[in-house]
Amino acid sequence: MAILTSSIARKVAMALSGLFLVLFLAQHFTINITSVIDPETFNSLSHFMGHNFVVQFIAQPILIFGVVFHFIMGLILEIRNRGARSIKYQSFKGNNNSTWASRNMLISGAVILAFLGLHFYDFWFPEIVHKYVESNPMDPTRYYPDLVQKFESPVRTGLYCLAFVLLALHLWHGFASSFQSMGWNNKYSKGLRGFTKFYAIFIPLGFIFIAIYLHLNQ
Amino acid sequence: MKLTLKIWRQKNHDAKGELKTYPIDGIEGDMSFLEMLDVLNEGLINNGEEPVVFDHDCREGICGSCSLQINGEPHGPDRLITTCQLHMRSFKDGDTIVIEPFRANAFPVIKDLVVDRSAFDRIQQAGGYVSVNTSGNTVDANSIPVNKHDADESFNAATCIGCGACVAACKNASAMLFTSAKISQFALLPQGKIEATERALNMVKQMDEEGFGNCSNTGACEIECPKGITLVNIARMNREYVSASLEAPLSNAWSIDDESSLFD
Amino acid sequence: MSILDSKIPKGPLADKWTKHKNDINLINPANKRNIDVIVIGTGLAGGSAAATLAELGYNVKTFCYQDSPRRAHSIAAQGGINAAKNYQGDGDSNYRLFYDTVKGGDYRSREANSYRLAELSGNIIDQCVAQGVPFAREYGGYLDNRSFGGVLVSRTFYAKGQTGQQLLLGAYAAMNRQINRGKIQSFNRHEMLDLVMVDGKARGIIARDLVSGEIERHSAHAVVIASGGYGNVFYLSTNAMGSNATAAWKIHKKGAYFANPCYTQIHPTCIPVSGDHQSKLTLMSESLRNDGRIWVPKKKEDAEAIRKGTKKPNDLSADERDFYLERRYPSFGNLVPRDVASRAAKERCDAGFGVNKTGQAVFLDFASAIERYGKERAVVHGNHNPTENEIKTYGKQVIREKYGNLFQMYEKIVDANPYETPMMIYPAVHYTMGGIWVDYNLQSTIPGCFVLGEANFSDHGANRLGASALMQGLADGYFVIPYTIGNYLAEDIKTGKIPTDSPEFDEAEKNIRTTLEKLINNNGKHSVDHFHKKLGHIMWEKCGMARNAKDLKEAAVEIRALREEFWRDVRIPGGINEMNAELEKATRVADFLELGELFAKDALNRNESAGGHFREEYQTDEGEALRDDENYMYVAAWEYTGDPGNEILHKEALEYEDIEVKTRSYK
Repeated sequence: MAILTSSIARKVAMALSGLFLVLFLAQHFTINITSVIDPETFNSLSHFMGHNFVVQFIAQPILIFGVVFHFIMGLILEIRNRGARSIKYQSFKGNNNSTWASRNMLISGAVILAFLGLHFYDFWFPEIVHKYVESNPMDPTRYYPDLVQKFESPVRTGLYCLAFVLLALHLWHGFASSFQSMGWNNKYSKGLRGFTKFYAIFIPLGFIFIAIYLHLNQ
Repeated sequence: MKLTLKIWRQKNHDAKGELKTYPIDGIEGDMSFLEMLDVLNEGLINNGEEPVVFDHDCREGICGSCSLQINGEPHGPDRLITTCQLHMRSFKDGDTIVIEPFRANAFPVIKDLVVDRSAFDRIQQAGGYVSVNTSGNTVDANSIPVNKHDADESFNAATCIGCGACVAACKNASAMLFTSAKISQFALLPQGKIEATERALNMVKQMDEEGFGNCSNTGACEIECPKGITLVNIARMNREYVSASLEAPLSNAWSIDDESSLFD
Repeated sequence: MSILDSKIPKGPLADKWTKHKNDINLINPANKRNIDVIVIGTGLAGGSAAATLAELGYNVKTFCYQDSPRRAHSIAAQGGINAAKNYQGDGDSNYRLFYDTVKGGDYRSREANSYRLAELSGNIIDQCVAQGVPFAREYGGYLDNRSFGGVLVSRTFYAKGQTGQQLLLGAYAAMNRQINRGKIQSFNRHEMLDLVMVDGKARGIIARDLVSGEIERHSAHAVVIASGGYGNVFYLSTNAMGSNATAAWKIHKKGAYFANPCYTQIHPTCIPVSGDHQSKLTLMSESLRNDGRIWVPKKKEDAEAIRKGTKKPNDLSADERDFYLERRYPSFGNLVPRDVASRAAKERCDAGFGVNKTGQAVFLDFASAIERYGKERAVVHGNHNPTENEIKTYGKQVIREKYGNLFQMYEKIVDANPYETPMMIYPAVHYTMGGIWVDYNLQSTIPGCFVLGEANFSDHGANRLGASALMQGLADGYFVIPYTIGNYLAEDIKTGKIPTDSPEFDEAEKNIRTTLEKLINNNGKHSVDHFHKKLGHIMWEKCGMARNAKDLKEAAVEIRALREEFWRDVRIPGGINEMNAELEKATRVADFLELGELFAKDALNRNESAGGHFREEYQTDEGEALRDDENYMYVAAWEYTGDPGNEILHKEALEYEDIEVKTRSYK
């Protein structure tokens, strides 16, 4: 399949899957921030997400596919890219012409992936077990207490915060970059870039805020 | 000025290379970087050693021959110039300067600092032209008016000297800035529109086959390009490529044939 | 009667080329497939010739010493390309372009060739635009023009200061199209070291692969030499480091006559030499003289103060400046032809008015252009009462748009900002009008060996006008050789492939091997550059901008002695069968050391001043060149006899039927 061999097609695929994940982040953040504002809203939204057919059986598989695709494609590209220069420079001053974040998407991406593992272990697996394995009765109020309980541990809270810092770096380069990859670089790009940078800071910072808030409000 | 040079020496393509250290003295700020290497070579020859081989020709920043990675950056620390335009006043007494060839698997080392950039030629051969006969029997030049802005942008893309600094600077050794400059030059002109689809597909295909890495938009190429060619060109190439893929027969790259469904 | 037959077609000047095209032999496409052509050099002339010949169906092999055809030194041409399009409606025509070219060449070019050049000029622009060459345009979308030296119209098409680059990339693209079709085989990093002749015809070459060092044989039915000029005989010039005369000199030694070697163009606006380490000189395009005013201080004290650094150029008021070109040549002013501008600069510097440390520089000042453009643009922006600062800012903007890359180049090399302080410039060797003698078909005195572009002698006479070199290269390659070579090759449709195992190839290869081995095993004391610099010094001091009989005689003797020393004492590290930059230089310098002597001999023979050839003995009271039409209105074509000092002179008389020969005046 040509989509797996052409450099530009891969790039566009990375951009599209990345943009999709960016959208997902916004949605995830919107729901989470309600936990700080109003636990009841949080509960009802979580309940809706957890029991809506479209969300559960259409959106969720697409999301999981998006994550897996973005990761595998990123890994393939990184391996190929490293292979394009087998003898390395003895002296390479990358910082003089590019940002750390742009050159180390694999590192920030890997950290985010590791975090996703933790996140699944914390929330997703218990949720699946709760709903589909143990067939517990429905309880639309259980989400908030569960959430608060998870942030009891300072280590976990710290790990979450660290992951969000890396997420910020990943977004700092990746969000704006995805438009460039899709060929969108024109007079509006400056403004758009400003927005992406804002987003890259704001969303992770918001998540960090939520984690620390919940940790402090046990 | 007294300097310590660490220069990549490699007998030929198959030999193993290494950095060798050469102290050098009596360098003046008005010398160009290559004239400094001339001084070094004169000394080496007089000592019966083999001089350092490096590509160079016009020594005025236009032929694109010179190609050194100087202290970790292609064409050295200054911006918007080639190595031959770099002057020693950019360095100071006592400096150590590391000089390596441009590195990429698609640019194999031939000897010392000389690399083989014929991959660039092959990319151009794959479609970097307008298929017009050279008989001169075309239409009058002024019967093809071109919007000044497009003409200027096309010119800016066309100023690429094919030196390979973009590849050398890129952590992925990607040649997208180079390829996109050529695609852009023609994409912006009415003369180039007719073959736009084939050109984008064929040139990108050749670029991929040469073993360059992929673009990850770090922007290092744009910063290091001696002619100031911008990432806008890469975006344009991506666009050209996507629309070419959509226009071309289904088998070419994508399996989606509705252009609007992708971005709107 | 001369043995030189220029083969100029009969008939009225304006009809000659058309008539000739109708008269010459054609080859049918099927037969073209059986014919091989070798093209040496891939600049504008070679690249365009290769592309066109391949397109016609010939099997073409191209050779260039650079790593890609795109890097040939045509790439460095800055200012523009002339064409008699008359888009500006300022009275231009083919005849005027022809007239300007012949007059600019000081009535030493071949009339029919110059006319053909003018006639083809318009087509070049059409062709290049069709290929996607991004020429400068006006806001309406139509092509823009500017003016160059020695003419009173605006006929120069340009792409900022990179016209040569854009045109060459056009020719290279045309080549690529044919490479992609398999019609051109491109041998890059290859250097032609000799011509192989079979039965008196050019039938192939011996080349060295500069990567592996391997000596190769290549045969063909015709060989096209488009290897550029020999300006590097001066060591310091605006040519590329690798530019060389080897191909031209080697065919000369095999029987091609060398014409007018002493006609060298010294370009007036180059960045002055900064020290002994200098390896090359950088040109600042002639287009700058559209807007820059050239001056030196009126008073010697001021010049001395500027040299010492106690005064700055901007300290001098307009009254204290001597705009000597405007003073001496009021009608052409700063846009006099190159030879005139160069000599005038030398005259002022020799008189003690030079303005840099070495006293060998004059100012090229943009202050008044910045002011003029600044005021114009202010008005365009609706600012009818601009402050001085606003004018300057606007003015600099305009100048940056026009010459940005040149100004940047200057700043990088000299470390001074030309927007604020005047540029310093001095003449430097730039172009060689002389070259291999060719007839109207561009064929040399060797059958089957054609010579194009700067490598031949034909179109520019004793001085070339700005923006005409690109025109000639492309005219020769795109539009002339495709016709004339067919006329010659029509005899060869049944010849079949030329074998490379003939005794002639054996012999040629053996000679090359012997020479290379001699060089590599010489084990002398000095590097090649040592000799090249010495040669350059002799050439510049004694065969440079102003020459006299005594110096020229001395130069010939000194060059001969230096040549002997070179063969005795040159030292080349490394081996033959590998990449060896010193060995490449050595073979080139060896040829320059022969060419230099012929150069001096030719200059000594020409007892007159014409264009770029200025003999101190022959000048008017006002210091202008004094021609001797009675005795020297001829092309001096030299025949090699085994020693550059003993070459035989053949004369091709120059006849002007459609132009009145008079004293050139730009006053």
